[in-house]
Amino acid sequence: MTSSAIVVVAATSALMLAQGLSNPDGIELSGSWAARNFTDAIGNMPGGGPRPVDYMGIPLNDTGRAWSLIYSQSQVSMPERICDYYAPTYIAIGPMGLRIWPESEMLTGSTTAWIIGGWADFVPITIWMDGRPHPSKYAAHEKSGFTTGVWEDDVLVTYTTHMEAGAIRRNGVPSSDQATMTARFSRHDDVLTITARIDDPIYLTEPYYLTRSFRLARAPLNPATHPCTVTNEGVEAERVPHYYPGQNPFLDELTKLYGIPQEAVLGGAETALPEFRKKIKDQYVRPSRCVSVPASTCGGPGTYPPID
Amino acid sequence: MDCPVRRSHGRAFSIGAAGLVIALAMQGEGRGQDRGNQPPPSVRAAAPFDPTGYWSSLITQNWRLRMVPPAKGDYIGIPISAAGKKAADAWDQAKDEAAGNQCKAYGAPGLMNLPTHLHITWQDDNTLRVDTDYGTQTRVLHFGNWTPPQPRKRSWQGNSVAVWASRRGGRGGAPSARYLRIATTELLSGYLRKNGVPYGDSASLLEYVDLFQEPNGAAIIVWTAVVDDPVNLEAPYIISSQFKKQPDASGWDPTPCSAGW
Repeated sequence: MTSSAIVVVAATSALMLAQGLSNPDGIELSGSWAARNFTDAIGNMPGGGPRPVDYMGIPLNDTGRAWSLIYSQSQVSMPERICDYYAPTYIAIGPMGLRIWPESEMLTGSTTAWIIGGWADFVPITIWMDGRPHPSKYAAHEKSGFTTGVWEDDVLVTYTTHMEAGAIRRNGVPSSDQATMTARFSRHDDVLTITARIDDPIYLTEPYYLTRSFRLARAPLNPATHPCTVTNEGVEAERVPHYYPGQNPFLDELTKLYGIPQEAVLGGAETALPEFRKKIKDQYVRPSRCVSVPASTCGGPGTYPPID
Repeated sequence: MDCPVRRSHGRAFSIGAAGLVIALAMQGEGRGQDRGNQPPPSVRAAAPFDPTGYWSSLITQNWRLRMVPPAKGDYIGIPISAAGKKAADAWDQAKDEAAGNQCKAYGAPGLMNLPTHLHITWQDDNTLRVDTDYGTQTRVLHFGNWTPPQPRKRSWQGNSVAVWASRRGGRGGAPSARYLRIATTELLSGYLRKNGVPYGDSASLLEYVDLFQEPNGAAIIVWTAVVDDPVNLEAPYIISSQFKKQPDASGWDPTPCSAGW
């Protein structure tokens, strides 16, 4: 009787598979996904990232803008912060590739979590798939935040809460500890596109959408973080580099280098919309040549080698 | 001891086989009924999501490379090859304008990454039409067994063949889990960016389109393009663009192609 049942179930399962009925476990995401940083080449730029005052396209409110303008990128050289980690929003704004693997329940093989490996400045993220609830709003916030996931039509949809304050652009545009991130991991062939929606009632007027694309690599990425060593990067202990309100020396840098009007540089929701071009058409002055300093920020052959 | 076991296995196999035969027969019957009584659903009816309506670009990334025409020589974000760079370094806006080539940066490989509104409609049950107000371009996405008219002609938007594709390969997965996959050929050579970064007429374009519904009723289209051009690019150029659903046509503002703005 038991054997009969097994065979009938097997036959039925084979038929279900033949008919293409959905698998509750979604699709395969395991592997090393090499970053293809073309969509946000400026934000993902290795090294220092984007220019200090470049808030274009971000739906900042006045508080977020003011906080951004007092930030100095030398803060990452503070001895207390050299070995600090970015918040999980970094998967949407950082330059690194992703190594992803499942954690499975021993007996059933079902996926209890997906893990996104860490990087030099990014702690691993665990995406819980077992239906557990998010912690209480009074629970401690961690560098890794708390992330759960569900499959929606073969797209992994994750929701992250309990993050520490961090950044949504690597030039110091802030995210608060009340920010949340909804991310969609959408695989097409060997291309993975992550669409992130960041909500932040403290610094944003509306959701901030970002995308990044990755290509499946044969050569494994190494998710292990190397031990970080605090060295002297020129900022003495207990000093927090910053600018006083109204004194950020980079306020007009993009205007000088790229001819972009300041009302665009300072961001806001309207700067992300096509209609905004009308407002700046008569103010924009196209530079005759790329004048990025250093010149490597103009790109060129060898900047984005093929992946293995 | 052996006999009952063998008998049990044999009976189990018989029951299983019978079940499988019945199930397959039912499946076949279903197919027969589909063929006999109802025509297969049109591509439009089988769409896993409704892409029609007005959509607006959300330019939250690479702003200075997309919202305004970037400087000559600004290649950041494109895996440009030495040959591509040589061509881009020789780009001359005035020459394009004099030759009537203002639309060279509005071809399909770069179009969706520009600051535009989309108007998406079904041209017929097997053809999806995508209009842009930026440059007033039209992309026509053909489903089914469409073949381009002969003789084949190159154009800025090329010839596009679309399918509702499964993320599991083949026809696996639930119909609702499909996405729009577009392969475009017969492209005229053009620019990936409005500063003369070229793609050649041998470039291939493959696109993946997802539509995500938000809990508050908003909808986002994410349009991922893979441009391969072994002459002008060192690696495939993979770029994604996002569009937010608009309630109406109030933002729609057709403008002609421009080489300079």
